[in-house]
Amino acid sequence: MIDTSLFQLICFYAFAAVTVVAALSVITLRNSVHAVLALVLTFFSTACIWMLAEAEFLAIALIVVYVGAVMVLFLFVVMMLDIDQEKLREGFVKFLPVGLVVAAVMLVEMLGLIGVRFMHAQTMGDNPATAAGMSNTAWLGMALYTQYLLPFEVAALILTVGVIAAVALTLRHRVGARKQHPSEQVAVKASDRVRIIKMAAERPTDSQPSPAQESKP
Amino acid sequence: MPTINDILIMLPEFFLVAAACVLLLADAFMKPAERVYLHWLSIGVLVVTGYLVLRYMPEGEVTAFHGMFIRDGMSAILKVFTLLSTILVFIYGRPYMVDRKLFVGEFYTLMLFAVIGVMLLVSAGNLVMIYLGLELLTLSSYALVALNRDSGLSSEAAIKYFVLGALSSGLLLYGMSMVYGATNTLDLVQLHQAITHSTMPHLLVFGLVFMVIGVAFKLGVAPFHMWIPDVYQGAPTSVTAFIGSASKLAAFGMAFRLLATGMGDFAQHWQIMLAVLAVVSLAIGNVVAIVQTNLKRLLAYSTISHMGYLLLGLVNARPEGYSAAMFYAVSYALMSTAAFGVILALSRAGFECENIDDFKGLNQRSPWMAFLMMLSLFSLAGVPPMFGFFAKLLVLQAAIHAGMMWLAIVGAVFAIIGLYYYLRVVKVMYFDKPEAGTEVRLQPDFTLRVALSLNALALLALGLYWGPLLGWCKQAFVG
Repeated sequence: MIDTSLFQLICFYAFAAVTVVAALSVITLRNSVHAVLALVLTFFSTACIWMLAEAEFLAIALIVVYVGAVMVLFLFVVMMLDIDQEKLREGFVKFLPVGLVVAAVMLVEMLGLIGVRFMHAQTMGDNPATAAGMSNTAWLGMALYTQYLLPFEVAALILTVGVIAAVALTLRHRVGARKQHPSEQVAVKASDRVRIIKMAAERPTDSQPSPAQESKP
Repeated sequence: MPTINDILIMLPEFFLVAAACVLLLADAFMKPAERVYLHWLSIGVLVVTGYLVLRYMPEGEVTAFHGMFIRDGMSAILKVFTLLSTILVFIYGRPYMVDRKLFVGEFYTLMLFAVIGVMLLVSAGNLVMIYLGLELLTLSSYALVALNRDSGLSSEAAIKYFVLGALSSGLLLYGMSMVYGATNTLDLVQLHQAITHSTMPHLLVFGLVFMVIGVAFKLGVAPFHMWIPDVYQGAPTSVTAFIGSASKLAAFGMAFRLLATGMGDFAQHWQIMLAVLAVVSLAIGNVVAIVQTNLKRLLAYSTISHMGYLLLGLVNARPEGYSAAMFYAVSYALMSTAAFGVILALSRAGFECENIDDFKGLNQRSPWMAFLMMLSLFSLAGVPPMFGFFAKLLVLQAAIHAGMMWLAIVGAVFAIIGLYYYLRVVKVMYFDKPEAGTEVRLQPDFTLRVALSLNALALLALGLYWGPLLGWCKQAFVG
């Protein structure tokens, strides 16, 4: 029988390892479609870690919103773009040593400053949702619409600005652009589109012109 | 639950949000010829908001929405001057935008949303609100910089601004998450109490470093200044004027909220960080500005050095220093709107009056414009008795009182070096011969001339009579 906390620890390290490896492959894979798929795996294993931390709502939202919607869109965009793979990666080997040195220095500094022992420290206390005896989703909903009401509304404003900016930067009134005119479409009559021509039911047999010429009104 | 009291405290912000949404809708039904009403309506909305900020001013400090929003003297001053500089930018910018076919409703809507962002940012009582206010401001600014879609320079500036801005937001968030991890709170007041008996000071300092980097990006102090010259040059000049004035006030507010309200007891850590940033920006800003030939770029490097001076005030980490820094931010906002206002007034369709050579012999062509430009340049340089001189004096004094004499000496030395490039422009205007075919054609807009004259003369007037404004700034940090 395995202790549950030990099992949780094993799960955490397994998911964390998958996350790190997948995140690394996002930036190292040669094919950008593969990189997007690796990003999906990163998100998925992150969601699993959140599940372990009892943040079910966030985990589900990450999968539904990011994996389900955003990344699929992203995948379409990447597939449609004609990216020159070789040219993109030209500088990679040249800058790799510098990058590695910077990364190593930062890692040592971070470990030195924060200290490894803090990583194991239990500092955050109980999950507030568990403490309140509610489900994670219910607690998030309560917090979002009471204590965090103002930030929630401000986030809505930011989305509005995003829409305005997108329209302002992409809408062009070009001459000759093809677009729909719904009012004209509604007002159209059958006689505008179809012309009914009276013609003989049988054609004379002696002359045999080509059908294409015949059908011309 | 929010009560009516919460809403009354935030009345100016709510009014501005509602008005911005109404104007957004109204714009959709306006013909291009009617857009001038949108211009005056926007200005009217800003005036009313300013009135609401001042009129229902509570005694001391009040909070709303569970401490998310703080309304106090400091935020009132910053809001009033943000609104004022935005009104000036609207007035100065209209002929410029009309000439470039950029006189669109989105310009006004995005500017109003950016102002809302500033107002929320300087009143933020919570790390989440700081981040959201900042995003509202910067997201609107990115779009405003990119508004001139047919200009390659403008698009380049917008991309640089967007990428670096996103990076700095990421760093800021990373720092905030570290601080949250160490203190288990996002509320700035609770944070202030929590850091004194925190068991993890290292983690807090680690988070603090990233938050200081985020603030430095936003202020545009060296070595996080790379976006400033390109954005100042590439953006439409009216947008540059906004980024150079209202955005700086917001950045000061953000620095104060994060560092003083939140991490005040860690002052011994961030003081030295800010001192280093200040020295580097003074050096880079003042020295690189000397070789610029484009006036907008020159003013961009001058911004970097001015933000260095602003940090001299913050380094003091006491009410005296905060009020000096705020006085500096306010004075810089007024000076830069005046300087960019002259550029806007001299530009016309197909001609950006942005090279220093374009100003050759301005005195013979338009003495009044040359005089106004001279006033704003002297004020930026810190020549007595201009407004900028007293602002510089106060921040240097604050640095000395903080026990950093060396820093004040560095500041004074670079003020003298900086004098050179401002005086070069004045020399070009007054002593050089105008080049052939560069006859000046002023924008015929009457309100622009009146507002610009008042703006530049105010720099002289406030230089002679600066007591009340300084008193107001000091009072904001005492109560």
